[in-house]
Amino acid sequence: MTPLAKLLEAALFASATPVPEAALRAMAAHADDAETTLESALDELRVHYDTDGHGVELIAVAGGWQILTRPEYTEAIERAQLAARPQRLSTAALETLAIIAYRQPIGRSEIEEIRGVGAGAILKSLHERGLIDVVGRGEGLGRPLLYGTTPSFLEQFALRHLEELPRADELAIALRAPRQATPPGGVPAPATKDNGEAPRRAD
Amino acid sequence: MLPGSLAVVESAASEVFVVELAEYSGPLDLLLTLIRDEQIDIYDIPIARIAEQFLARISSLKLDEAADYLEMAARLVRIKAQTLLPRREGEDVWDDPRAELVRRLLEYQQVREVVDVLERRSEDRRGRFARAYTQQAVQIPMAGKLSLSLPELLSAVDRVLRLARKPHIHDVVPRALDVDGAIGIVRALLAIRARAQWKDILPKKAEPWEVLSLLLALLELAKRGELRLLQPHAFAAFEITRDSSSEAA
Repeated sequence: MTPLAKLLEAALFASATPVPEAALRAMAAHADDAETTLESALDELRVHYDTDGHGVELIAVAGGWQILTRPEYTEAIERAQLAARPQRLSTAALETLAIIAYRQPIGRSEIEEIRGVGAGAILKSLHERGLIDVVGRGEGLGRPLLYGTTPSFLEQFALRHLEELPRADELAIALRAPRQATPPGGVPAPATKDNGEAPRRAD
Repeated sequence: MLPGSLAVVESAASEVFVVELAEYSGPLDLLLTLIRDEQIDIYDIPIARIAEQFLARISSLKLDEAADYLEMAARLVRIKAQTLLPRREGEDVWDDPRAELVRRLLEYQQVREVVDVLERRSEDRRGRFARAYTQQAVQIPMAGKLSLSLPELLSAVDRVLRLARKPHIHDVVPRALDVDGAIGIVRALLAIRARAQWKDILPKKAEPWEVLSLLLALLELAKRGELRLLQPHAFAAFEITRDSSSEAA
C-alpha cells in the first residue's frame, strides 16, 4: 500500500465515527506522500479490503469514510457480546424521521398533520438517539421549534448525503397539489407522476 | 406488516411512554390498510363503506381512548354526510369533500415509501459494526467510611465560609487602560530615583487595570529607550533603571 493509504487506514481505524472527507484531505495534504491523491489512496484501501480478503470494508457515509465490519460476521460478533446491533426504530418513528428528512426544517405541528397523530414523544426519542436536532425556530405563533436530521442520521441509515434518498418525484406516488377530485362514479384520474412540481429537497 | 418490527421505542433515559398500537402507526395507516385490503381506488373511495369499516376496526381494537383515531372517524363520518347531500344541477366543478382526505392519504403513502427505504438502509447498517471507541472509564475510588470529629467538621465549615466570605464577583466594567497615566507615574519616579522596583511603582491594592497599565507603560518606555528592565533570574523581582544613554540624547 502507498504511505497515504496506510495513513488513512490508521486514521479511519482510530475514529469511532465516519471521518469527514475534509479531515482526510487535510491529513493527506500534510502527509509526505505527494504522489498519491486522496481519492486514489481511498480507492486503494477499498480495493485492498475487498480483494485481499478482509473482515472489514471501507464505506462512504455521511460525507466521510468509515471502516465497518462485513455483514457476514455480525452474528458471531453479537453472539460473543462484543457489540450489539442498535434497536430498530418503530414504524411511527421511521415515519416521523422520513417526514423530517424530506421537509426539514419542519415543526412539530406539520409532522402531526401529515401523520395524523401526536409526535411529541417520538420527537423526544429521536432527539435522544441523536437522529434529529432543533435547527431553528419557525415564524408564527409561539415560534415553534424546527427539526432537522443530523449527520448521525446519515450514518445510521448508511446514507452518504440526503440526496441519496429517493427524490420525491421518484416515489411511486408523487405528491401533487390539491386538485378537484372527480365526482363519485366519474373517471378516476390516473396516478401520474408528471406533476411538474419541484420536489422539496433539503440540503 | 410484521408486528415484531414495530417495537415500541423506549429510551431508558426517558420516562415517556410511547403509545404505539400494535398494528397501525396511526389513523392514516389504518385507513390505508383498509383501502389496500379492499382493493379500493384511492381517488374514488366509497366513503360510506370505508367509514363503517374504520369504525368497526377501531372498536374491535378497543381504541376508544385513542383520540387521533376518533378524530379520523369523525372526519370520515362528516365526509360521508357531505357526499350524501344533494348536489345542485348543472354544477360543473364539484368540490369533492374527499379531496383533502385523498391528498393526505397520498402524502402519507409517500411517507411510507420512504420508510421502506429507510428500513432497508438501517437494516443494512445495523448489520455492520463500526469500531467502538469508548473513553477510558475514570476509576472513582470508593470513599471509605468517613471518620470525622465534630471540631474537624466545624473547622472545615469555617474554612469554607471564610473562603465564601470574599466571593469573587467580577463586575466587568469596560475601562480603558490608562497607559499614559502610568507612563507619567514611572517618569516621575525615575526623575527622583535612578532605579526602582515593580513594587515601588505599583500602588497597594492595585486594580487589575492599573497593573496592566503599568506593565504596558514599562514596556513602552523600555521600547522608547527611557528605561531598562532587568530580571536577574526567572521569577525574580525585576529592576527598573533609568537609561542614561537616552538622557544624553
